[in-house]
Amino acid sequence: MIDAALLSWLPRPPEGFRVRCTATDTTAPRGAALRALAGYALGANQLHRLARSVAQAVEDGAAAPLQGFTLGLVSNATTDFIVPALVASALRYGIALRVAAAPFGMTLQAALDAASEPLASRPDAILLALDYRAYFPEYALEDDASARLDAALARLGDLVTAFSRGSGAAILVQTIAAPPERLFGSFDRDQSGTAAWLAASFNQRLSNEILRPGVSFLDVEALASQVGLAAWFDRSQHMAARLPFAHRFVPLYAEHAARLIGAIRGRGRKVLVLDLDNTLWGGVIGDDGIEGIRLGQGDPRGEAHLDLQRAALALKRRGILLAIASKNDEAVARRAIREHPEMLLREDDFSAMQINWSDKASNLEALAERLSLGIDSFVFLDDNPAERAQVRLSLPEVLVPELPSDPADYAAVLLAAGGFEAVAFSDEDRQRADQYAANSRRESLATHARDLAGFLESLQMHAIFTADGVLGWSRFTQLINKSNQFNLTTRRYTEARIADLVAAPDVLTLQVRLVDRFGDNGMICSVIACPRDDAWMLDTWVMSCRVLGRRVEEAVLNEIIRRARAAGVARLIGLYRPTPRNALVRNHYRTLGFVLDGEEDDAERWVLDVATYRSSVGPIVSEISPAA
Amino acid sequence: MGTDEVIRRLQTVFHEVFDDDAITLQDTTTAADIDGWDSVANIRLMVSIEEAFHLRFDVGEFQDYRNVGDLVTAIARRAG
Repeated sequence: MIDAALLSWLPRPPEGFRVRCTATDTTAPRGAALRALAGYALGANQLHRLARSVAQAVEDGAAAPLQGFTLGLVSNATTDFIVPALVASALRYGIALRVAAAPFGMTLQAALDAASEPLASRPDAILLALDYRAYFPEYALEDDASARLDAALARLGDLVTAFSRGSGAAILVQTIAAPPERLFGSFDRDQSGTAAWLAASFNQRLSNEILRPGVSFLDVEALASQVGLAAWFDRSQHMAARLPFAHRFVPLYAEHAARLIGAIRGRGRKVLVLDLDNTLWGGVIGDDGIEGIRLGQGDPRGEAHLDLQRAALALKRRGILLAIASKNDEAVARRAIREHPEMLLREDDFSAMQINWSDKASNLEALAERLSLGIDSFVFLDDNPAERAQVRLSLPEVLVPELPSDPADYAAVLLAAGGFEAVAFSDEDRQRADQYAANSRRESLATHARDLAGFLESLQMHAIFTADGVLGWSRFTQLINKSNQFNLTTRRYTEARIADLVAAPDVLTLQVRLVDRFGDNGMICSVIACPRDDAWMLDTWVMSCRVLGRRVEEAVLNEIIRRARAAGVARLIGLYRPTPRNALVRNHYRTLGFVLDGEEDDAERWVLDVATYRSSVGPIVSEISPAA
Repeated sequence: MGTDEVIRRLQTVFHEVFDDDAITLQDTTTAADIDGWDSVANIRLMVSIEEAFHLRFDVGEFQDYRNVGDLVTAIARRAG
């Protein structure tokens, strides 16, 4: 078993942690160093210390490259303990967090008063940290159980509505854990009005009645169950200082809240890179041979490695790409993957493999290039502490879970590490791994095609455009928040904000799908154009790197121009705001025929005259959906 | 555990909780003598002491101690 309270998937903090914090406080810019300091299994005191360094860095203007994020916090309990822990934990997701907390117990007032801390801070998200005690009495046995339940959900619903209307921020709502004490015993579960019954019914109804675009769960009930309800509820600490749960779980709670914020900001990871020997199977294939490695049922150690394969396959089903980085003879390793009777994962399940004798960091970089994905979207699982250390040192952006010595816990650690936290699951996610597999087939076709133009023609591509579509928000937003490389302005939006833009009559939101002879690539491009004088300002233009080099951009521009003409718009204004990640699109507007017009907000401003633009004829057939 | 050993280990806990390695504990030290020892830090201190000495204070007990001397006596008694 793993001890979640100790964040056991993270390495233990080094000696002299506080000295390192202090040493960092005078460097500039120090965002990356602070993030590295957060990469350990920190206790409450260390999180508290690190939070001070974050505040200092923000004050000094030295937080780059961390992204700013403001969280409104409302609670029915003491928040003093979780605030610094949240700030420090958010570093793990590249975020410089500011928390604006409502005064103790001021839940409803904060929602209704625009001048209250959580609302006046113009938050990106608001966390409603309400627990069982916010809704129901201790040792409950309520006669009017249904009415109680209705009232609790109505109260939460009102809060969610008031806060989202007042701010446009994402709203994070907590599930509730019931205190473990029972009045009857097992019978409590079935007796309406008991704490167990109220909490279970409440959680069940949350999904239907509270969850909607822009509202996400922080599943506190799951956390409490994971560590044990009796440990989670510490009555002594609640009596002494109104702590909502035992102080020792503050790091765990903060880590999970930070993950959720990271997911909203599109920091969820996309690729799981697996080592082979003693990770995916027991033993060393080069030494032990196919017959000698341990994998599969009938051998406890073999079952442990099979269990990890099962977990990896499940992640693949939810859209995580699998890859291999292994020091081995490629032919020998591939033969084992192909022919070992107990292998659950086969060659087709992996989007890319680097099997050679180079160091792991170089191989991870090669994988990133092959998959056209940023290295910061990688999780790397390896039983060898030296390999883990080398990757952490050379590529600090990669999440490298700390594996225990017992392989029985590998899968649990991988899933507890939380690199793949997400707030939505779309059909595109479901199909992503297959799309990448199809991509490798397209690539092999590319090597056979005589020329690029001929190759693109042979793909028989259709771009399907949907303007201001109310379906597909979730993917539209996800694409904007996850894209780092093909992203002209790197602006991030909540689903709630996107919903507003879609509804706005003068704003164009354009969803683009791409279908070709190998299948449906799904929604691969999001564009937002806002009016500015006689022009359209291209606020956001992002594209999935899966479809790079296929002249999708031209087809998209043609469609924007068509709509601009219909709307009487004279010019298009495009911004390019450079980041460490988006050099790929440095010449995007130049290539499309825009002219450099100056600078604004650290961005290059490019313009295009709509009337004189001559649409190019490319390899992509455009379709409007729904059909005009 | 002797009181000298308790004070030595307690001092390390104070250094961590208040992020100040210069803190030197006396029997007469109170919250007023240490920067940042407010009611919130007091809980962090209590929990950190419980963890460091593998003990558990009764509800309200910790808040009742008047100074470090009281605390050391209680810990020495508990930690055996």
